[in-house]
Amino acid sequence: MRIVVLVKPVPDPASAGERLGPDGRLDRAAAPAVVNGNDEYALEAALKLSAAAGDGSEVTLLSMAPASAPETLRKALAMGATRGVLVTDPALAGSDALSTSRVLAAALRTLEFDLVLAGVDTSDGVGGTVAAAVAAHLRLPYLSYAARIEPDEAAGTVRVRRISPTGYDLLEAPMPALISCTQALGEPRYPSLKGIMGARSKEIANRSLADLGLDPATVGGAVAATALRETRMPPPRAATEVVRGAPADGAARIAELLATRRLI
Amino acid sequence: MGGLWVVAEPGPDHGLARISTEIATLARDLGARGEHEVVGIVVAAEPAEPAAELARYLPRVLAIQDPAADERAWAAVAAAHLAALAEGDSPDLVLTGAGPDGRDVAGALSALRGLGVLTNATSVAWDGDESGAGGPSVEMSVFGGKLLTSSGFTGGRGIVTVRPNVVTAAAAAAPGKVEQHASRATPLPAVRVVDRVSEAGAAAPIEEAKIIVAGGRGVGGPDGFDLVGALAQVLGGAVGATRAAVDSGWIPYSQQIGQTGKIVKPELYLALGISGAIQHKVGMQTAGTIVAVNRDADAPIAEFADLLVVGDLFEVGNALLEQLRSRSG
Ligand SMILES: Cc1cc2nc3c(=O)[nH]c(=O)nc-3n(C[C@H](O)[C@H](O)[C@H](O)COP(=O)(O)OP(=O)(O)OC[C@H]3O[C@@H](n4cnc5c(N)ncnc54)[C@H](O)[C@@H]3O)c2cc1C
Ligand SMILES: Nc1ncnc2c1ncn2[C@@H]1O[C@H](COP(=O)(O)O)[C@@H](O)[C@H]1O
Repeated sequence: MRIVVLVKPVPDPASAGERLGPDGRLDRAAAPAVVNGNDEYALEAALKLSAAAGDGSEVTLLSMAPASAPETLRKALAMGATRGVLVTDPALAGSDALSTSRVLAAALRTLEFDLVLAGVDTSDGVGGTVAAAVAAHLRLPYLSYAARIEPDEAAGTVRVRRISPTGYDLLEAPMPALISCTQALGEPRYPSLKGIMGARSKEIANRSLADLGLDPATVGGAVAATALRETRMPPPRAATEVVRGAPADGAARIAELLATRRLI
Repeated sequence: MGGLWVVAEPGPDHGLARISTEIATLARDLGARGEHEVVGIVVAAEPAEPAAELARYLPRVLAIQDPAADERAWAAVAAAHLAALAEGDSPDLVLTGAGPDGRDVAGALSALRGLGVLTNATSVAWDGDESGAGGPSVEMSVFGGKLLTSSGFTGGRGIVTVRPNVVTAAAAAAPGKVEQHASRATPLPAVRVVDRVSEAGAAAPIEEAKIIVAGGRGVGGPDGFDLVGALAQVLGGAVGATRAAVDSGWIPYSQQIGQTGKIVKPELYLALGISGAIQHKVGMQTAGTIVAVNRDADAPIAEFADLLVVGDLFEVGNALLEQLRSRSG
C-alpha cells in the first residue's frame, strides 16, 4: 500500500505568538511551526494502514511550505513516514487555497499512490476546502470526514465511515482515492527515540514550480484569487468575575447572573 | 444569471439543512443591498421538499433532480451540477455552510471552476459603497480567534463558506418560486453510499441550542455527565463536551465543541471541568455569557469566561441544580 499524506506546517496554536506580518502574510518567525493537528491524525492512520498492509508499503509526506519546513517535517518522519516531498518556491508565498490545491495536485501527479490522506482542516486558517479541491483537480474519488478507513486491496476499493450529524455514512470507492481525516481515527503516536534518530537520515526531496512543470503565472501569491484587506483584534470580552468560597455561594452567584441576564 | 447563489445542503429526513436557511437569509439581505439576483440551488434525489423550504427564504430556487445525490456522496454530485450551471453564467458569489458538506462542495467547485474560496466567514458584507461593485468583504476569525481579518476576491467573484449562527434565519415576506432545472453535468468520480447509520444515544443537536451545559475531563467519567445532563435539563439546554471527554468515550462525538467538533454560539455556555484549551475555545468563544466552574483559578478559561466559580464542579453543580430546581418548582 502506497500512501501519501498531505501535511501542512502551521504556527503552533498553543503558542501566543501567531500573527500576520506587515505584508499581511503569516509571520513565520513569530510562532514555532508544528505539523497541523488534523494532519497528524491522517499520518497516524496512514502508518497503521501501511503496517497492516505489510511489505512494500510506504508513507510519503507531501507538503507545500517555505524552505524552513524540513525542521517541522522531521517530527512526522520520526513518527514513521518513509520520506518527504517538499514543494517550495519563492513564488508560492501568499498562495490562496485554490492555488495551494493546484500545486498539491500537480505534485501528486508525479507520485504513485493507492491513497492520499489529508486533514479535514488546518488550525491557522480553518479552511477545510483544500482536500476536496485537490481531489476534484485529479478526478480522484473523495471520501471526507473519515472516522474509520478500511481498504480492501484485493478488491481495489476502500470503505470510509464519514461522520454525519446523527452517526456515520458508510462510503465506498475504488482506489486510488483521497480521504480527509478526523481525530476519530485515533491519537497520533509519539515518535520513539529510534524514530527520531532514524528521521535524520530520511530523504526530504525538494520540488520547485519548474520541477512540477507549473508556470508561476498560474499559481502562487501573484495570482491569488483572494486578498486580505484589513485585520483587527477581536473586541475584548469584559473582565472575568472570579468567585471563591462555599459551593452554595458560588452556585448562588451563577443563578443570580443567569437571572439578571434573563437566561432563566 | 450571475448573482448570488445559495447552495442548499441536505438536512435531516431528506429536508434542508438549517445552515442553508441562515445563509439564504444572509444572501437575501446582501442581494437587496447590492441589487443582485439571489438564487437558491437544490441538488437532491427528491428536491421538492428542500426546494419548497428554501423558497420560504428566497425569491427564486432552482431544483435539480439527480438520484445520485442520495446514492453517492452528495458534495461531489452537487459540485458537478453547480459547475455546469456556472459555465453558462458565472455567479458573482456562491455561499455554502462551513460544515462538512458545505466545505466539500466549496472545495470541489473551486477546483472545477477556478474560483477562489474564503472560508469560515463570521460576516459577509459588500466592500465599500454597499452597491456590491467592489465585491464582498468577508470577515473571518483566524488563529483560534486571536485575529479578525477582512478579505475579498481579486477578480470580484468567488465562493464563501459561512459559519453556523452568523445570522438568524428569517423567512421572506412572501415565498419565492421553484423552477425545475434540467442539468447535464459531467460527474466527478462516484463515491457510493453503502449505508447511513444512526447511532443510538445521539443527543439533542448542540448547534441550535440557546443554552449549552458542557463537561470536560474534570467530570471524571460517564456518571459525571449525569450532573451535566441534569443541569442542561433544568436550564432547557443541550449537553456539550470537550474532546477529552469524547475521547474517553463518556459522550458521543456529535456533542464535541471546538476546532474538530461543532462551532456553537449559545446565549449561555456553562462549562464544568473544562480548562479552555484553544481548540475548545474556538468552538464556543462567541457565546453570549460564559460561566465556568473549575477548581483551578488559573485555567485558561479564566481569561475568557464572564464568571468563574473556583471550586469542585460536583459541589457547585449540585448546589446550583438544587437552587434552580427550587426556583422553577
Ligand atoms: C488537532 C486538535 C484538535 C482538537 N480539537 C478539539 C476540539 O474540537 N474540542 C476540544 O474540546 N478539544 C480539542 N482538542 C483538545 C484540546 O487541546 C484539549 O486537550 C481539550 O479541550 C481539553 O479538554 P478538557 O478541558 O476537558 O480537559 P483538561 O484540559 O484536562 O481540563 C480539565 C479541567 O477540569 C478541571 N477539573 C478537574 N476536576 C475538577 C473538579 N472536580 N471540579 C472542577 N474542576 C475540575 C481542571 O482544573 C482542568 O482545568 C484538540 C486538540 C488538537 C491537537
Ligand atoms: N500547504 C499545504 N501542504 C500540504 N498539505 C496541505 C497544505 N494546505 C492544506 N493541506 C492539506 O489540506 C488539508 C485541509 O487544509 P485547509 O483546507 O487549508 O484547511 C490539511 O489538513 C492538509 O492535509
